[in-house]
Parts: sequence; C-alpha cells; structure tokens
Amino acid sequence: METPSGNKGNRLKRSQRHIKFESFFRRLLSVVGLSMIVLVIGIMITLVVQSIPSLKASGAGYLWGKTWDPVADVYGAYPFLLGTLLTSFLALLISIPFSFGVAVVLGEYYPKGWLPDLLKNTVELIAAVPSVIYGFWGLAVLVPMVRTIEVKLGYEPIGMGIFSSSLILAVMVIPYAATLGRSLIQMVPSMLKEAAYSLGATRWEVVKSVIFPYTRSGLFAGVLLSLGRALGETMAVTMVIGNTSLIPKNIFSPGNTMASVIANEFTEADHPVYLSALIELGLVLFLVTVVINMAGKKLISGFTNE
Amino acid sequence: MKSLKFLVVAGVMLAFATPVMFVGCKGGASKADSTSGDDNTILGAGATFPNPLYSKMFSEYNKSTGLKVNYQSIGSGGGIQQLTSRTVDFGASDAPLNGKQDSALSAPAIHIPITAGAVVLSYNLPELKDTLQLTPDVLAKIFLGEIKKWNDPKIAAINKGVKLPSTDILVAHRSDGSGTSNIFTTYLDKVSEDWHAKVGKGSSVNWPVGLGGKGNEGVAGSIKQTPGAIGYVELAYAVQNNMTFAKMQNKAGNFITPSIASITAAANIEIPADAKVSLTNTDAAAGYPISGLTWILVYKEQKYGTRSAEKVTKMLKLIQWMVHEGQQYCAPLNYAPLSDNAAKVADAQLKAVTFDGKPVLQ
Repeated sequence: METPSGNKGNRLKRSQRHIKFESFFRRLLSVVGLSMIVLVIGIMITLVVQSIPSLKASGAGYLWGKTWDPVADVYGAYPFLLGTLLTSFLALLISIPFSFGVAVVLGEYYPKGWLPDLLKNTVELIAAVPSVIYGFWGLAVLVPMVRTIEVKLGYEPIGMGIFSSSLILAVMVIPYAATLGRSLIQMVPSMLKEAAYSLGATRWEVVKSVIFPYTRSGLFAGVLLSLGRALGETMAVTMVIGNTSLIPKNIFSPGNTMASVIANEFTEADHPVYLSALIELGLVLFLVTVVINMAGKKLISGFTNE
Repeated sequence: MKSLKFLVVAGVMLAFATPVMFVGCKGGASKADSTSGDDNTILGAGATFPNPLYSKMFSEYNKSTGLKVNYQSIGSGGGIQQLTSRTVDFGASDAPLNGKQDSALSAPAIHIPITAGAVVLSYNLPELKDTLQLTPDVLAKIFLGEIKKWNDPKIAAINKGVKLPSTDILVAHRSDGSGTSNIFTTYLDKVSEDWHAKVGKGSSVNWPVGLGGKGNEGVAGSIKQTPGAIGYVELAYAVQNNMTFAKMQNKAGNFITPSIASITAAANIEIPADAKVSLTNTDAAAGYPISGLTWILVYKEQKYGTRSAEKVTKMLKLIQWMVHEGQQYCAPLNYAPLSDNAAKVADAQLKAVTFDGKPVLQ
C-alpha cells in the first residue's frame, strides 16, 4: 500500500534522476560537439608537425617554386596549386548555369509531378555515384570528345587536361548547389511571389526580382559547397588531368592538382623530405579550403545584412 | 557555464595531444606488431609489381605446409619503411636499398632476388606493319622531348624500309611512384648523359614531357586512345592486354624482343654477392636491356623483438622454396624465372641469415 509520503519520495527521486540524466546528457552532447573541434585542430597540427622537414628544406619558396623534382629534392607546389584552383573554378563556372537551372525548374516551375521527381532523384543520384566511375567515364567518353574539339580548335590533340577535369568536376558538383537551391526556392513565401504576379510580373521577372534576391545567400552557400567538393576531388581528376608537373599553358593543357599528386606519389615517397613535401601539399590544400570557406562565409553574411 | 569552459580547455589540450600520440606511434607501437603474430603467420609488405606472383606462391605454399603469409602490396617505398620500423617480417622492393634507406635501418638487411620483370615500350601507330625498333639514344631523346615526330630521321635510320607517319609523338609515363618507373629511369640514366643531367632516376621523377597515367592501366589507356603515343608498361601487363611493343637495342648491339627468355638471359650475368644489382643495360648479348630483379628484404640477424627461432626458420624455408620450387609459377604469370647465377646468390644470401649469431639454414 502506498502512503502519500512514499509517493512524494518517489517523485523526488525521479526528478533527481531526471536532473542527473539531464546534466549527463548535456555533457555528452558538449563532448560530442567538441570532439569535432578537437579532430580538426588535431589534423591541422599533425599536418604542420609532419611538414616541418619540408618547411625547413624549401621555406616559403615552396608555394611559388615551379619545379617538382623528387630526384633532386626540389619541391615547388605552384603548378599544383594553379591546377587545383583552375580546375575547381572552371568547374564551378560550368556547373552554375546547370545547378541554378535545375534549382529554378524544380523549385518554382514544376515543384510536383513524376517528371520533376525523376529529375530530382537523378540529380541526387549524381552525388551518390563514386568518383572513380566518373573518372572511368571521363577517360572512355569525355576525353575522346575533348580531343575532337581540340583538333578542331587547333590545340594539341591530347584530350586529357585541365578542361576535361573541369567538365568532370562540373558534373560531380551540380547536385550540391542544385539541391540546396531547390529547397530554398520552395521556401520563398508565396505572399511575395503572389504580390509580384498581381503587379503583372512575368515568371522570369519573379525569378529575377523576387526569388533570386530572396535566396541569394543560400544559393551562394550551395556554390561554396560545390567548390569545396571540387577542390578536394582526387580520383576522377587524377584519371583525366594528364598528371604532369609542367605549368599548364592553356585550359587544354595537361596539369595536376594537389590532391592528385598526393594520391599518386604518397605510396612510393621513399625519403623523408619527399614525404614531408607531400604532407605539406596536404597542408596547403587544407589551408586553401579553409580560406575559401571563410571568405565565402564573409560574403554570405554580407548578402544577408543587406 | 563553468563546465563548458572546462570542456573547452580539455578539448584544446586533447587536440594538441593527438598529433603527439600519432608521432609517438611511429616508433613505439611498431615493435609490438611483428612480435605479437603467432608463429604460423608471416607478415610482409612492399612492391606491387610481383604481387600476383607472390599471392600465387604463398597460396601454393600454404596448401602444402599450412604457413600463412599476409602480404600487403603497398609499394616498394612503403615496404622498406615498414621493414625499417620492424612492423613486418620481410619487405619487398623493386629497387635495391639506396644509401639513405640503408643507413635508416637499425641493422643490416639482405636482398634475396625472387623474380625478374621487364619494362616494355608500347606504342600506338596503326599504320605501322613491322615492329618498331629503338636504340637507347633515340629512346632517351623521345622521352626528353627532343624527338617530336615519328618520321624524325633518327628513328627512320634504325627502322630502314619502314614507312613512318608524320604524327606527333605523345609520351605517356606513370604518374604514381612505382618500381616500373624506377627500372625505366635507371636504364635511361645509364645510357644517356643528357637524361642523367636533366632528370635522373627514381620511382617518381620530374618528367620533361608527356602525360602521366595512374598505374599500368593509366599509361595503357593513354597509349590506346592517342594515335602517335608511346609509353612504358610492365611486360606482363602488355602481354595480357595484347599491346604492341618495340624491340630495344641492348649493349651488345642486338635488337631484342622483350620476353621471359630474354629477361632471364639479362640476369645471366655476374651477380654480386649482395645481389644488389640492376639488370638494366645488361652485358648479356641475348638479354633485354630494360629488365630488373625484384627482391625480398630481411634483416640479417633475425633475433629481435620476441621472435622465435621456429618462426624465423619457417620464413627462411618459405623464401628458399620461392627461389627454387616456387619458380615454376613465374612463367604462367609472365614473370621471368631467376637465372642460375641469381638463384645461387639467393641461396648464399639465405644461408648468411643468423638467429642469435648462429646460421638458421644449413
């Protein structure tokens, strides 16, 4: 039989247990969250520590040195830095019309129906395909096509190079900006759109003057996500870029990216300075990504404050 | 709020500790690995080139003796590193240890040749009916970018009566560091002063011209797709994929078609007692000049860590078997069996291995 006082004691106990669990849960969440910071700082420090032999040997000249010669122990990352930035930004340029186009079509013009659903799922599938498959497809299909274009334009008929890699990367990054853009465009308040329509605006005018300004920072964030993916992509690029440490003369020239050099040369880097130079390449790639991300965040907050 | 502050401080401290732990691992944890395995499992790591052959040999040996060999084909450089840090029982490499690598070892290691392979020059000239012939000088000039067209008089001079197209030459090379590149550049380094001065030898070099492809398949892809391309791949790969390859002029002046027989012939020279020899530019008259041995590396003194004499004996017997009975698996997989000279040196090297100062094999 339960007495009223016993009941009260139980309630007290329970609430005490609740409080205990509550604080335990809070601590658990903080630890999980903080472990992310620990991880990133840890990676950063590991990269810096392991790069020290190379930093000592090459100094700051590492960044603009134009020769990468493991035999003579001369390491200059400039051709790879250039290759990474060239392929990524070119890819972005190519992908933006497609990703924004897909976003507007799915977000505004045809939000429902089986065909838009198919398009939406297909675009999402693009992101799920492993990059080695893109590389394979690029090598078998894209490179011969680019070679034909090169012959027509009078460039060296190599096929592999910066342009081919940018095309592959462009395809790979479309879903990031497109998916984010679509969901943002769907969230534009219909009040705003209806107001514009009632004033006699056409569809294009609504997209231009209502939807784009309203979703600008979000669309830009999508582009930034795409860029992050393009900067670090390794396998597909390695397969179609031509892997040469010469500085590319034009966008059809073969080149190399930082990620691709690391993937190619890491296994057989047989002396300490060489290994360290490759790790420093990783550090540079890491920093480039961080800088671009931070600059992007600044730009986004600039948009939103307007 | 206080607890959050504590967490931040702890987190940052942990962040600084993580890399230190990673750095610490390099020296410390490694020793434990090679000693913790049981006596019936041998750990090895290294070259990718002989991996298909080694896998076959190890599985055959396992059928008859029950000994398990765990071989990780991570590349010669990685194999040497793991041997240096004593994480494996044996390393495998396509190139003998160089001075720097030798001095990084805490104790002397010996080289035991297991098989030989060749690097062949494959090309894409659909119009060409005969087999292309190349001399060392012309080959070096092509890879230096000095000869740019297929109908260059220098190529025509060694291919008399062959109609060569006016196509541009496209050079294809390996983009990943590899033993194949090492054999190829070692050869060019020996036969061409220009190459020695401008490029040198190594598993990755600063290529003056050309496209890099990842792995044999990457180079083969560039060659197959581009008319006028020339590149180097392993013989085994070229044979399995029906690629056309050139005859090379060797030191004696003969043009040699790469084959298992001509590679074995290349190794039929005086092999030094330490087996550290490059077969490139061989003196043998019938030998293909761009050939190379591949080695298993073990420490000369096997008593380290908590290794048992039993395990060491098992490992050495395995290697001895690979040098003799195991050779029957070479030819079907397009590897060249060891020449008699090389096998003799391998035997002598194996007998020199000691456990606690006493020789293991009689």
